Amino acid sequence: MQKKMAYSFPDEVLEQVFSFIQSDKDRNAVSLVCKSWDEIERWCRRKVFIGNCYAVSPRMVIRRFPEVRSIKLKGKPHFADFNLVPDGWGGYVLPWIAEMAGAYPWLEEIRLKRMVVTDESLELIAKSFKNFKVLVLFSCEGFSTDGLAAIAASCKNLRELDLRESEVDDLSGHWLAHFPETCTSLVSLNISCLRSDEVSFSALERLVGRCPNLRSLRLNRAVTLDKIANILRRAPQLVDFGTGYYAAELQPDVFSNLAGAFSSCKELKSLSGFWDVVPAYLPALYSICPRLTSLNLSYATIQSPDLIKLVSHCPRLQRLLVLDYVEDSGLEELASSCKDLQELRVFPSDPFGAEPNVSLTEQGLVAVSLGCPKLRSVLYFCRRMSNAALVTIAQNRPNLTRFRLCIIEPKTPDYLTLEPLDVGFGAIVEHCKDLRRLSLSGLLTDHVFEYSGTYGKKLEMLSVAFAGDSDLGLHHVLSGCESLRKLEIRDCPFGDKALLANAAKLETMRSLWMSSCAVSFGACKLLGQKMPKLNVEVIDETEPPDSRPESCPVDKLYIYRSVAGPRFDMPPFVWTMGEAVRILH
Amino acid sequence: MERRVNYENDLNLMATEPRSGLPGCGDDEPQRKTNPSIRNNKRTVPEISEVSSSESNSSITMSGSDDQDSPPPAKEQVVGWPPIRSNRKNCLQSSKRNEVEGMGMYVKVSVDGAPYLRKIDLKVYGGYPQLLKALENMFKLTIGAYSKREGYNGSDNAPTYEDKDGDWMLVGDVPWE
Repeated sequence: MQKKMAYSFPDEVLEQVFSFIQSDKDRNAVSLVCKSWDEIERWCRRKVFIGNCYAVSPRMVIRRFPEVRSIKLKGKPHFADFNLVPDGWGGYVLPWIAEMAGAYPWLEEIRLKRMVVTDESLELIAKSFKNFKVLVLFSCEGFSTDGLAAIAASCKNLRELDLRESEVDDLSGHWLAHFPETCTSLVSLNISCLRSDEVSFSALERLVGRCPNLRSLRLNRAVTLDKIANILRRAPQLVDFGTGYYAAELQPDVFSNLAGAFSSCKELKSLSGFWDVVPAYLPALYSICPRLTSLNLSYATIQSPDLIKLVSHCPRLQRLLVLDYVEDSGLEELASSCKDLQELRVFPSDPFGAEPNVSLTEQGLVAVSLGCPKLRSVLYFCRRMSNAALVTIAQNRPNLTRFRLCIIEPKTPDYLTLEPLDVGFGAIVEHCKDLRRLSLSGLLTDHVFEYSGTYGKKLEMLSVAFAGDSDLGLHHVLSGCESLRKLEIRDCPFGDKALLANAAKLETMRSLWMSSCAVSFGACKLLGQKMPKLNVEVIDETEPPDSRPESCPVDKLYIYRSVAGPRFDMPPFVWTMGEAVRILH
Repeated sequence: MERRVNYENDLNLMATEPRSGLPGCGDDEPQRKTNPSIRNNKRTVPEISEVSSSESNSSITMSGSDDQDSPPPAKEQVVGWPPIRSNRKNCLQSSKRNEVEGMGMYVKVSVDGAPYLRKIDLKVYGGYPQLLKALENMFKLTIGAYSKREGYNGSDNAPTYEDKDGDWMLVGDVPWE
């Protein structure tokens, strides 16, 4: 009988074959083929990605995948970045570390995003994993330099320590000195988020000097400009470098020392940092500009003429992050100089001012979309937009995969016609067939959601604010966007109907966030009761939702699929909607 | 009448359901709570008004002359809008203050035992290390390393200032902005 064929390959052979399969999706597909493949695959899975730490429990992960070496976990919802998720909401990593300490003694890599990490967790990591190599804490909080000292001291083979955009309690800069003299394995060190004014610079210099494989180094603000040359001379092999303060009184010897140090870095392709820039020091970078592919000037308050000069030296630039001081004129220059540009992010220099402080409009973005044929990813803050501009952008750049537009004043219409921007965004979703991520802004009716649902078949993440007229809008998105994984909505008139009508859809998504909308407490309860595979969490910091009539809308709502059931680490202001009569709290 | 939603049948509520709207909580319309509030992410910076005290052998004191005007009030801010992360907001606020004020932020500095006082422009410095280095150069003394736990250790000099409450404060505890 043919039935036995599947079992005639020795397991070792299959394992070898599976080891070439790296993507999670493919691995998951492999494990669905048959029981024996599932069994073999789960024993040789080395990397696990968990997009929502509450979707599954540590024990379940360990039970299924007993030999993991690398784990990536995400905690809080994205809107936590903008202070919409109250402190204490959750996302604690300690339970995971505690379980993994016993189950995965050979764990090498931990990557966390938006999680609460305590010194206790860091100390446990340092103690438990003898071959620990990579720690990435992206946008995390809850720990201090004491925890970092434990990591530095204990992890003998540490390759990466990346604290990007985390909030660290800076007790002392001396944690760096805890790296033993024998540690020479560092490949990547990112301490740019450290706020303290004290970094043990001599320890840093020595560390950099003894790590010949160091490729990426991002310093923090405490490192002054005069110190950069010393660091660079010890690490001419750097590929990615983040400066500290790039400001000082112009002194010829400091300048030439700096320029010389930069020019000795023949591999340097990526620069960031640049807090407080003195433009006179920018020419020190000119020798490496021709090789630069990534430039992050988004903290640099330099004006358009200086930006234009710099950018015109960087023909290979693929990625640019900049403040709106670049202005339309700077973006026009960018469009003509940087034909390899793939990603552009323009941040506002004065987001809370009532009047525009710079001459940056939709024209700049149109220019870049016209001039840069490889442009795929856009994040753009501006104060005015038109449907015509959006249509032009869409028609010129159908290869866009990420389009995030933030018109600063909510509900701003097309400045030329005073109409909603439905048609413009509609053109974006229609023409950009590979669009995966979209953020909407400006005056928008239900029509934009109709277009999104009709055309946004590859859309995975959608962010909506101050938009729409009725439940129809939400219904279009939930019923039409087949690939939708994450939906975050604030201040929109979406209520119960669309949500309840599309309840099953929610099980196919990672999560849904709705705040300041019109979803009633009663609907939340119903959803929680009917959909056991969803955790329906109501967040309200002022009073318990059941102290008001059921028809009252909830303040914030976070719904996510989970096989772990409701969580038990909720703070007093979060309620999980559960079975028929009980509300778990 | 209680509204129930049945979702075993795939719904066409949109097309057919008579619109009755949600009963409000005492109002006719369902409330949409928006939270306009002025969110100030900066911690307040004490006005440096007078120079301050000493510790052990010497002291360095700083006093501010001008009353700093706060930047023109921004319009009422909605929480989390525009969607910018806090660390970015904080950077912008400090540089904006510099833009708006234009003129220097001069403070008087006095050192115990020195014959006369000096004045420095705080805005020239990007952070505490630069400031302390400048003070060290100006007065030819050492201040030593700052740490949150121990203040200034390893030297005879400690920089202090008098805040708006009239208290003598150690320089360096409050974020530079």
